[in-house]
Amino acid sequence: MVQDMALLVQYVVVGLAVGSLYALVALGIVLLYRTSRILNFAHGDLATFGTFIAFALLTAWRWPFAAASLGSLLTTAVVGAAFFFLVIRPAKESTLLGKIVITLGLALVLQGATVILWGTGTKILPFPLSDIKVYRLGQVVVSQISVGSFAVGLALMGALYVLVQHTRVGLAMRAVSQDTVAAQVLGIPVKQIFALTWGLASALGAAAGILLAPATLLDPYMMLDPFLKGFAAAVLGGIDSMPGAAVGGLLLGVLEALFGGYVSVKFKTTLAFLIIIAVLVVRPEGLLGREYKRRV
Amino acid sequence: MAELNPLLKVHNVETAYYGRLTVLRGVSLEVPDGRIVALLGSNGAGKTTLLRTIMGLISDQPEKGTVEFAGRRLNGMDPEDVAALGIGYVIEGRGIFPELSVHENLQLGTYRRRGAGVRADFDRVHGLFPILRERQGQLAGTLSGGEQQMLAIGRALLMRPRLLMLDEPSLGLAPMLVREIFRAIAGINRDGTAILLVEQNARMALSIAHTGYVLESGRLVLEGSAQDLAENPNVQELYLGVTREPSIKGWKRYKVRRRWA
Repeated sequence: MVQDMALLVQYVVVGLAVGSLYALVALGIVLLYRTSRILNFAHGDLATFGTFIAFALLTAWRWPFAAASLGSLLTTAVVGAAFFFLVIRPAKESTLLGKIVITLGLALVLQGATVILWGTGTKILPFPLSDIKVYRLGQVVVSQISVGSFAVGLALMGALYVLVQHTRVGLAMRAVSQDTVAAQVLGIPVKQIFALTWGLASALGAAAGILLAPATLLDPYMMLDPFLKGFAAAVLGGIDSMPGAAVGGLLLGVLEALFGGYVSVKFKTTLAFLIIIAVLVVRPEGLLGREYKRRV
Repeated sequence: MAELNPLLKVHNVETAYYGRLTVLRGVSLEVPDGRIVALLGSNGAGKTTLLRTIMGLISDQPEKGTVEFAGRRLNGMDPEDVAALGIGYVIEGRGIFPELSVHENLQLGTYRRRGAGVRADFDRVHGLFPILRERQGQLAGTLSGGEQQMLAIGRALLMRPRLLMLDEPSLGLAPMLVREIFRAIAGINRDGTAILLVEQNARMALSIAHTGYVLESGRLVLEGSAQDLAENPNVQELYLGVTREPSIKGWKRYKVRRRWA
């Protein structure tokens, strides 16, 4: 009985660690969606690109890990913002669907660039935390890397929350997401706000990529699965809600871990998606979302 | 009026939506510094289009003509830069941010300003519309229509505009609230802000305006002092609801429209 309990806690802990990374991916998607209504299909490839930047800075340039991560986040943010200014903005007359297809194009371009620059071979990102070193809390075992990525994930979410809810720029971001024209006529520089959102969302993706790299290894397609999971988490939580993205990500991680642990590892993703479908049938707007109701 | 410099000068403006659907056909008007100018006209006359053209909200428009504000040409500028020059625009339907608090909405009015005088201006807005202080923490979407209008005007005032453009501030409000809003508008003007007032409620608009224009199907058909307009038989018939010969009203209305066009 005690053992069963410990096992359950073990699965939940593992799920939360993975889920916090899904949540980071989901937050990037949701952040951009809320401000511009664009679903960014290049999110995963931006993240992969950012992770490879970190890899290059760590190995070829021999930067310390913290500096390399920061450099990667900044570079990815610049790529995201540049994409807004150079492609999305000039295409402002196109429909929303058109813009979403453009992000698909960016995904392919980034994937190609990653392959050309670093090849298709699998690489290992030198990570300062180990997945062999573990901490024991009673019968529950947690690897150092899980603790680390969970902590960093939470810290980033907290920072994002403070930025959006408690700063002047965050207030402007929320205003733009609710009514772009009304924000413009108040003199809020809407273009810069959009660019900032693109940059922030991309950097969040890169952060998730770096934290995932030890688990997935480094190759040009490493973010394919995490991107889908992040997207699903965003839909689960409500695609227009940032707390929803965080909750959705953590929940998806835990569900996967539980199903993988108790039933079948092979079908853990399948079950997770079945549960998402069930939730969406009952609450089409997602757990914490509101959009669906408002649009009807 | 000749001694007053026009703060806003719209000259021969033509605006078309999608480059084809022409809405404004050679509109010229002036808003002198410190005055209230009323722009009257029925639905679809192009009043809102004119305001949107001035703000630069319609991309690649105006097709022809110029818009000048305080001596600067606005053609081709982005709306946020037009706003930063000192034009406050209260859009029709108010344009408040429903999921932000009343206080946050007001704060956004000061986005392009730094420090000095913000506190005093908040006090001024709260003095003008005390309800906004009471409802500070409430989400703006939960306010009544009149309160939302006050919020929108107060927020625009916090930009410290030299010109305030109001699009149908009376829309959908109870008569008592309309009077309160118009009293506030007159007060704002007395403090030195020029106002371009778009209204369907011609009686209220002309009661506080100095001059006025009448827009019909994208053309200005009449201009003059507020008093001249209020006494003009056509305006009386079409906008003030004064009838002389009820029996053939419909026919007269038709003929008047023909004469203007």
